[in-house]
Amino acid sequence: MSCCSASVMVGPTDPPADDQPGAAVQDELWLESREIAPGQRLSELSVPTIHCVGCIRTIEEGLKAVPGVLDARVNLTAKRVSVQWEGSRAPALIETLKDLGYAAHPWQAAGEKKDEVLARLLRALAVAGFASSNIMLLSVSVWSGADAQARDIFHWISALIALPVLIYSGRIFYLSAWSALRRGHTNMDVPISIGISLAFCLSLYDTMRSGPHAYFDGVVMLLFFLLIGRTLDHVMRERTRSAVKGLARLASKGALVEKEDGTRAYLPVEEIQVGSRVIVAAGERIPVDARVLAGSSDLDAALVTGESDPQPVGPGAQLQAGTLNLTGPLTLEATATVQNSFLSEMVRLMEAAEAGRSTYRRIADRVSRLFAPTVHTLSFLSFLGWMVATGDPHRAITIAVAVLIITCPCALGLSVPMVQVVAARRLFDRGILLKDGGGLERMAEIDTVVFDKTGTLTLGRPVLQNRNGLDSDHLDLAAALAAHSRHPHSRALVDAHPTARPTAFIEVAERPGFGVEARLGEDVYRLGLPAWALADQAQQREVANKTVLSKNGKLLAAYSFIDPLRPEAAAALRDLQRKGLKLEILSGDHQAAVEALARKVGVSAWQARMRPADKTARLTALAEQGRKVLMVGDGLNDAPALAAAHVSMAPANAADVGRNAADLVFLGEGLDAVPEAFAVAKRSARLVRQNFALSFTYNAIALPFAILGFVTPLFASVAMSCSSIVVVANAMRLNRGARRRNPEASGTMSNSIRVNPEPVR
Amino acid sequence: MSVLIYLIPASLGLGLLGLATFLWSLKAGQYEDMDGTAARILLDEEDVPASAKSDGASLR
Repeated sequence: MSCCSASVMVGPTDPPADDQPGAAVQDELWLESREIAPGQRLSELSVPTIHCVGCIRTIEEGLKAVPGVLDARVNLTAKRVSVQWEGSRAPALIETLKDLGYAAHPWQAAGEKKDEVLARLLRALAVAGFASSNIMLLSVSVWSGADAQARDIFHWISALIALPVLIYSGRIFYLSAWSALRRGHTNMDVPISIGISLAFCLSLYDTMRSGPHAYFDGVVMLLFFLLIGRTLDHVMRERTRSAVKGLARLASKGALVEKEDGTRAYLPVEEIQVGSRVIVAAGERIPVDARVLAGSSDLDAALVTGESDPQPVGPGAQLQAGTLNLTGPLTLEATATVQNSFLSEMVRLMEAAEAGRSTYRRIADRVSRLFAPTVHTLSFLSFLGWMVATGDPHRAITIAVAVLIITCPCALGLSVPMVQVVAARRLFDRGILLKDGGGLERMAEIDTVVFDKTGTLTLGRPVLQNRNGLDSDHLDLAAALAAHSRHPHSRALVDAHPTARPTAFIEVAERPGFGVEARLGEDVYRLGLPAWALADQAQQREVANKTVLSKNGKLLAAYSFIDPLRPEAAAALRDLQRKGLKLEILSGDHQAAVEALARKVGVSAWQARMRPADKTARLTALAEQGRKVLMVGDGLNDAPALAAAHVSMAPANAADVGRNAADLVFLGEGLDAVPEAFAVAKRSARLVRQNFALSFTYNAIALPFAILGFVTPLFASVAMSCSSIVVVANAMRLNRGARRRNPEASGTMSNSIRVNPEPVR
Repeated sequence: MSVLIYLIPASLGLGLLGLATFLWSLKAGQYEDMDGTAARILLDEEDVPASAKSDGASLR
């Protein structure tokens, strides 16, 4: 079980686990937990790296050993742990898990009820499955020539089984059809409801008159097939949606507030008033828009503005909610409540953008809009025709019902969800989560791709440049100093040189806004801004934009950092261009940085210094030109644009507002997820069209027989099953070759969250 | 013919039994963690489904 050497499994999608210091996490756990019995609370933690039985044991035993924990239970499928605990403070769950080697985050949905809809669908499906198999047994004996007496008994038994099933399993369609009719339009469920009700009534009437044909088997089988489609559709949507919800959260739930009497309390962010004094430790996010009262630090605003370099701040500076405090503790005065903060403004912009976007109607809905009236007209016409021709109402109704049953959109109901489930699975193996099937359909239509820069085309974190040309002794010193700081440049130094010799520095101190200082014997070492670390002014200018290591004010080494491109970024963009898509970059970063990057990846259309509203405006303009745009972005500032685009995609480490707005989320680091998702979307769009063509061909062949009155219950059952099987088999073709072509696919996933989208429960 | 009087109720009864068992297992949470259940047979400790342990509502 080598997969359980937990330390190697901390994947790229995990947020730096020490983003939040201990006390705040405890308070946050308390806010997220729910009470299950007096004094007992339940927390759910999302632990993306749980893999195997070893992990289950390690985690459960480790957590149960923590004082206050009553019980811990791992759910391997959902990658979650439920922990029951007692006491007035949450036990150190996250820290314990971290010590065991697992990054964990509080799971937002603690207290969320079970998926009631799924349970109802599954029960209805089970009942319909039971009924259809039993009625089919009876029907087969009727078809193989049971005598009249036995046939009547079998028909009666079938009717007795079918009636409760029609009420229990059929109500899902009745309710949906009714709510559509009440609002004055029609959907696929209307012909289904009418078809099964009419067929049942007619069969009942025939049974009473001991007629030779009854459609009970057809009715129940139809319900069964349609429920399979319905369940698959639901499972796919819910599973992936909850997986996205469960990824690491970035917005803080609460903050440490200093009251007037000097006491401090951890309050939910909603309770922070304008004028409240808020204390934000290094590593925490700024909860609301605020002004700095005391302290100085560096702020990482990459998610908020798209700017890649950290900004130094001091007393008086205005801060936006959502930025990350990197180096020093800050005392803030809130200048807005959370409802009026930057983050909420983004949400409002997003809602406005979403409302402005023309509502996309899913293919299945569009087809059924044409389909339902056609079927009804045909059925009614055949009734009229036979009435006129024979004057026998019973015969005419029988044929009309046969037309309804044979055209009932069994294969249609299965064809779209089946393809989408297979496509979602396919994308999932490549580390791409699909939030709903509509997103996949829209993805296939795009002609333009718009990228954000920081965090999307680039990784959004700096790495050390030309690592090999550097003096390794100096790098040892620098990395040892950097280990004391959270500044992204320090992190990059540590990452670049993980094997640093431990150095016995004393009096290590971080000077927010400047760097880290420490003593070694008599010498003072500084790592940080040249203007602070170096004594010589000429030298300061020489290395102005670099981070320097100095000894007693003399330069030892200068380091420069770049925000590297995501792996495969250039190749992915070339791939997209080759597929005939137009590319564009919209960034909040400054001109020079955007231009350099655009040139590097070969994109000629780019705009810098874009505010969130500018990005949305640009997307609206593109939409007005009739372009279908895929937006790929990660930041808070991209969230409105993600919502405004025709379809959108975000990396897993994006701000959660953006991630929730996106239709697809990719978990790996590589940008090749974008062309991959596009390719899968294209292929599934083709398969959906093929499936529609197959269903229509089937209808076109079967319909004349039905109208001419040749359709017996046997014929209907066989035709219905065949068309459904053909459609399902065709959808499976999407999977063909997937495993062989991407042997590394499971490797990309092993580092990230795995949910199980397997439709079969 | 008369044999059908036993056989049909018997077959329906067995079918219903299967249906009831499935609905029970669904309700008992046996499909909550399919991967975990497969893995847990390798653990030595006593193990019961989540909902049977404690009061059902607590852990799932």
